[in-house]
Amino acid sequence: MEDISNALNRYIATEIAKQPQRTLDPEEPLLTSGLIDSFHLVDLALFVEDQFGVHLDDAELNAQTFDTLAQLVALVESRR
Amino acid sequence: MPNFTELLKLRYEQHPEQVAVTLLQSGAPDLPVTYRALLEGAAGYGRTYAQNGIQPGEVVILILQHGIDLLHAYFGAVLSGIIPSIMPFLTEKLLPERYRTDLASLISVTQPSAVITYPDFESEARSALRRGDSVRSVMVTGQVEGPRQMDFSACPGLYRRGEDIALLQHSSGTTGLQKGVALSHQAVCNQLEHYRQAIHLNASDVFVSWLPLYHDMGLIACYLMPILLGSPLVLLSPFDWVRAPYRLMRAVSQYKGTLSWLPNFAYNFCAQKVRDRDLEGVDLSTWRAVSNCSEPMHLESHQAFYERFRKYGLRYESLTTCYAMAENVFAVTQGGIDAPVAMDEVDRDRLQIEGVACPAIAGKASLKMLGAGKPIQNTSVQILDNRGHPRKVRTIGEIALKSDCMLTGYYHRPDETERVFREGWYLTGDLGYMTEDGEVYVTGRKKDLIIVGGKNIYPQDLELLAYQVRGVHAGRASAFGIFDENSGTEDVVLVAEVETDDPAELQRISNEVRQTVTLGSAVTLRYVHLVRHPWMVKTSSGKTARSANREKFLKEIEKSGKTF
Repeated sequence: MEDISNALNRYIATEIAKQPQRTLDPEEPLLTSGLIDSFHLVDLALFVEDQFGVHLDDAELNAQTFDTLAQLVALVESRR
Repeated sequence: MPNFTELLKLRYEQHPEQVAVTLLQSGAPDLPVTYRALLEGAAGYGRTYAQNGIQPGEVVILILQHGIDLLHAYFGAVLSGIIPSIMPFLTEKLLPERYRTDLASLISVTQPSAVITYPDFESEARSALRRGDSVRSVMVTGQVEGPRQMDFSACPGLYRRGEDIALLQHSSGTTGLQKGVALSHQAVCNQLEHYRQAIHLNASDVFVSWLPLYHDMGLIACYLMPILLGSPLVLLSPFDWVRAPYRLMRAVSQYKGTLSWLPNFAYNFCAQKVRDRDLEGVDLSTWRAVSNCSEPMHLESHQAFYERFRKYGLRYESLTTCYAMAENVFAVTQGGIDAPVAMDEVDRDRLQIEGVACPAIAGKASLKMLGAGKPIQNTSVQILDNRGHPRKVRTIGEIALKSDCMLTGYYHRPDETERVFREGWYLTGDLGYMTEDGEVYVTGRKKDLIIVGGKNIYPQDLELLAYQVRGVHAGRASAFGIFDENSGTEDVVLVAEVETDDPAELQRISNEVRQTVTLGSAVTLRYVHLVRHPWMVKTSSGKTARSANREKFLKEIEKSGKTF
């Protein structure tokens, strides 16, 4: 659980937000805040698939499915 | 001179059962729409507009996403002689309050008579209305008359004259929404006629597009052109494409697509983010022209796209170029159709320092410039110096143009319209040069404009948002774009002066600036650079000198050893 959260945090902070030192609050909105913009959703889905073997369908890449790190971690957990 | 309705009438009478548009939907089967279904559905909307008392020549704002409702609502307006204008839909990251403010400012300048949207967006749209404004009705898609038998003679659209305004096009953001480009039937028809010839449009062509319809490339090249001229169109929504870029390739393969238009970043985006397993059985050999358009074009982007998709049958010569703008309806130039795309290898220093494009010399740094092509037949291009005199060949100046498809004006903005014309020439605000053979090369911009993924962003909109953050003062921020090779488009940078060195306070300001700008503009800032006052370079009139600040920022970053 901790590993998934850390790995996602590091990926999002470094590759998407370009703020490597940033620690995400698990409850902080990521999509609706614009921290992850739509151009990066496909990257995030590819990362999740490569790292955790969990497939996110493109129709799921929106704030209704997940908006926070905690929600994303839970989603990945539930499908492993 | 035909108008839109006459062109539609021709299609309807000759080929009513031809599929005009195939809508690709997420999680649902593809939806083919014949000319009959398109126009009879549009006639239902026309009836509803009439019931609401909307008159020919009045403006209706469409707040709808890609789909059958938008098609019917748009062409319903056309058949009724009403001027349609598509407003970008609210995205999940944009603050509803900001969207409301933008919509209200669009309404205050454009003075539309009606707004049409979805039932569940009605209250949002209504909240942008002000007492006494021009909007007389807000219509919703659920309460529109059903399809009706076509009777063209009863369509007011059939009697629109060439000089009447056919449509409005707005670019995004507060500034863009207050500057609607008004285009006449004549101008659009002239553009379509000459652009059709430039790309050798023929009976086997199939258009495939994911582009937004509130932008000229999507609206003119990939929507009105195929529908009005009778070429099949396969339409995917930008929302779906950005999440599943492989759908573009699959659509081309499935429908034997031949023509697409893409902003430069999309070449990189597709090359980097489409996986082989999503391309099983895909054949891209039918693609004959994929035109790079609407943001600076890069050879590296073409190469990356080609390398990625060549094994699926993509031909290098199908990667073409185009220089276009809404003010000329769409295309100014087209390259790569009659001859391979031109490539001019020039001396980098002389180009950047002296503004002259000299052929490269062995041993000196060079730049490979992609040619945008030659002007289409009805459009003349000149390169002008600051006093409006023509420049010599291979000398950079402002690109100016003259054609029979220019905008009528910025709608209700005679001030803005007057500003962009000089002695009959439209001043584009873009910089470029021409070579001896008439090829146009676009090198940069004179105007302060950021282009991200083909979308125009006005820096002043972003700066105004930054001023809302505590610790950032009005007049002390500067926003600009910096080209990112990896993504093939610009990254947006905002520099702001602050009066603190406290790391926690700096972090707060930085976070708030990012958040406020994103929620207020739907633009993601890639870098927020906070500096101590006084840092900003100002013009003599006290305004932020964005290009000077951009240079200063780049130097500081270079010194600090950070890279982009």
